[in-house]
Amino acid sequence: MRKTLMLAGLLAATSAVADEKPVLTVYAPDYFTSEWGPGPAIEKGFEAICACDLKFVAGDVLPRILLEGERTEADAVIGLNTDVTARARATGLFAPHNEDTSILTLPIAWTDDTFLPFNWGETAFVYDKTKLANPPQSFQDLLDAPDSLKIAIQDPRSSISGLALLLWVKGVYGDKASEAWAKLAPKVLTVTPGWSESYGLFTDGEVDMVLSYTTSPAYHLIAENDDTKVAAIFPEGHYFMTEVAAQLRTTDQPELTQKFMDFILSDAFQGMIATANWSYPAVIKPGFLPEQFAALPRPAKTIFFDEAQAEALRQPALDEWLAAFGK
Amino acid sequence: MAGRVRQIILPALAAALVAGLVLVPLGAVVIRAGGFSALRGTDLSALWFTLWQAALSAALSCLLAVPVARALNRRRFAGRSVLISLMGAPFILPTIVAVMGLIAVFGRRGAVNAGFAALGLPNVTIYGAHGVILAHVFFNLPLATRMILHGWQAIPAERFRLAASLGFGPGTVQRHLEKPMLRAVLPGAFLAIFLVCLTSFAVALTLGGGPRATTVELAIYQAFRFDFDLGRAASLALVQVGICLAALALAARLTAPPAFGAGLDRAPMRFGGGRALALQDLLAIAGAALFLLGPISAIVLRGLPALPDLAPGIWAACGTSLGLAATSTLLTLALALPLALAAPRHPWAEGAAMLPMVASSLVLGTGLFLMARPFVNPTSLALPVTLLANAALSLPFVVRLLIPEVRVLQADYDRLAASLNLRGLARLRLLTLPRLARPLGFGAGLAAAFSMGDLGVITLFSDGETKTLPLALFQLMGAYRMDQAAAAACLLTTLTFALFWACDRIGHHADPR
Repeated sequence: MRKTLMLAGLLAATSAVADEKPVLTVYAPDYFTSEWGPGPAIEKGFEAICACDLKFVAGDVLPRILLEGERTEADAVIGLNTDVTARARATGLFAPHNEDTSILTLPIAWTDDTFLPFNWGETAFVYDKTKLANPPQSFQDLLDAPDSLKIAIQDPRSSISGLALLLWVKGVYGDKASEAWAKLAPKVLTVTPGWSESYGLFTDGEVDMVLSYTTSPAYHLIAENDDTKVAAIFPEGHYFMTEVAAQLRTTDQPELTQKFMDFILSDAFQGMIATANWSYPAVIKPGFLPEQFAALPRPAKTIFFDEAQAEALRQPALDEWLAAFGK
Repeated sequence: MAGRVRQIILPALAAALVAGLVLVPLGAVVIRAGGFSALRGTDLSALWFTLWQAALSAALSCLLAVPVARALNRRRFAGRSVLISLMGAPFILPTIVAVMGLIAVFGRRGAVNAGFAALGLPNVTIYGAHGVILAHVFFNLPLATRMILHGWQAIPAERFRLAASLGFGPGTVQRHLEKPMLRAVLPGAFLAIFLVCLTSFAVALTLGGGPRATTVELAIYQAFRFDFDLGRAASLALVQVGICLAALALAARLTAPPAFGAGLDRAPMRFGGGRALALQDLLAIAGAALFLLGPISAIVLRGLPALPDLAPGIWAACGTSLGLAATSTLLTLALALPLALAAPRHPWAEGAAMLPMVASSLVLGTGLFLMARPFVNPTSLALPVTLLANAALSLPFVVRLLIPEVRVLQADYDRLAASLNLRGLARLRLLTLPRLARPLGFGAGLAAAFSMGDLGVITLFSDGETKTLPLALFQLMGAYRMDQAAAAACLLTTLTFALFWACDRIGHHADPR
């Protein structure tokens, strides 16, 4: 095995020389490139039209770009969240995406000319309707629920969905966020480092509700034929989350990189997002959403802080959160 | 004089490599950050939580391990050696898998609470500081038990015979044989476990119940990922190194070298004892077995049904993980042996070997990245860096296991070997390796297991192609495939244990005793 590994490494090193195809290097998060993530389908789709070799480099996208600075080998990045776009923008390393954002079908207006959304969803608490007879009907209901209702959430310091919850609570309760957290904290069975651990606790029946996304039930409906998992829709609104892509100013093949940005909004890309990423595509056209996916209940109200607001709220919201659990 | 210099070259090289691997990347991060930055109030409370939970976890693990190790040492029963091996399993499980098992047994819907409910007792919760400590004891009780058991086995059988012929009761045996042995072994065991718990990250988070259970390692992660404050990450990493050195110095002061003298390797005598002692031993063994094996059985049983559904990619990941484990084990042993042999005479060798224990993998990875970056594309170094990091991270355990036995070996055989002019490779082959076979085998098993469970913490070097089994497990969980993830966990547990068991057995067979 070891030999095969080394051989594979050697082959990978020489392949760039062997064939003349240009290589497009795209930094992406870890989940992205797994065979269960959207990476392989994107790679196949783009390589079919680009006469190039699309190479994903998986890992911590922004920390890596920040460490590398001007000398980064990335041509583009994909999978950044809006919580880090302010810091990413401040590096001055990113170039405009040159795409027409008016075709986006997001629940919010998007005019950013650097960061291009390719999917979206909203945070929600997911429960099993066969196990939770009286699910909370609103965020306030959840706060007022008995403390025996146990939920799992994610740590805002290590998880993007955990941070989204901070902003969600801030969006609903504003100055009263501290009080809201004080009521929510006793119901939090535990705070996990990432989304997966929380969701695992939920599917194992350890918690009644889990902080996840409005689109989570789609996976169970479509892949497992299971209609018991439901997202609780709250009239106060749900927090909007999107993942974005951007191209580097420093790329030495700007045309190819621009082609990749074009590909992101193409039908081939957007059409497979729903079931490859279990989220809404940034451009929804007929046929892009499987029937059960399209039938998912949608919140009436979407809450979103743009990157400047989110950046300003981040630390105070975190302090409130820490204080609520510090008691 | 020349001989002495020659003796010191290998351990000095190994020590320099390890110290360099830990300290130079930290330096690179500091330079990049433009110096250390001040810690915040939350960092200090994280430091406090880290220290007390680590101390308590280590103390409890050691305390509980003494009766278990004593019982295992003096009782002989069918399946004893299998049980000893099996009970080592929690220590080698990847954290995320072990937590799944603990929750299956102690969680809200776990077996313990189901039993309590049937008896009309109130529920217990494992979420909170006590959950973190429970998990740490679960992880580290096996390590403590094995270290103490090795200590017991290292007391020559002749001493027990002499004690019996002198009519020593259990109390007297305890005072003259067991206490000195424990005095020699326990500080080292405590130190090792204390340091493991110091850098605990995932456990503390998932079972901690909330941000009160924040460890320094999480604070580093936060400084790095949430705030991108490299200076603060470096300050925190330095604090960890400081604690490690202080703990080492303390343990060195408390350790009393044993003085049993050489034995003749006779078979250990059968222990009689009274019925009360037999009951006590039975309780210790059964209790530990239940506590340690329950969660592991839960993991295996939960994962079995979905095993056939696993995607073919998983099997490739298994191969990658096994290959990495084998290579990094060899590397670990090559580093550990010279350091352990030098350690009784040169404290710096022990210090260097313990350093990786508190190296924050995040800071280590970032530092290496910063250093490699100007010269090569870091992704081309993914494999060597992963191997080196895995080897360095298991080094402290292997050296820690070897040191007590090296001390005994040198006290008992140095003069004989010198008089026979037994040196160099001949000494290694005829004396050192056979006498150290047991801890070497166990240590190799640990190193292999650690490497199997590695989540690829050095994500900055990730090339997105080399996929290990734990990474596949994590990706499955991240893609809603919880049943397949459970199957991967079952597979990972079984493979890791098989690897560990094989190394451990080889060590046993190679021991002439």
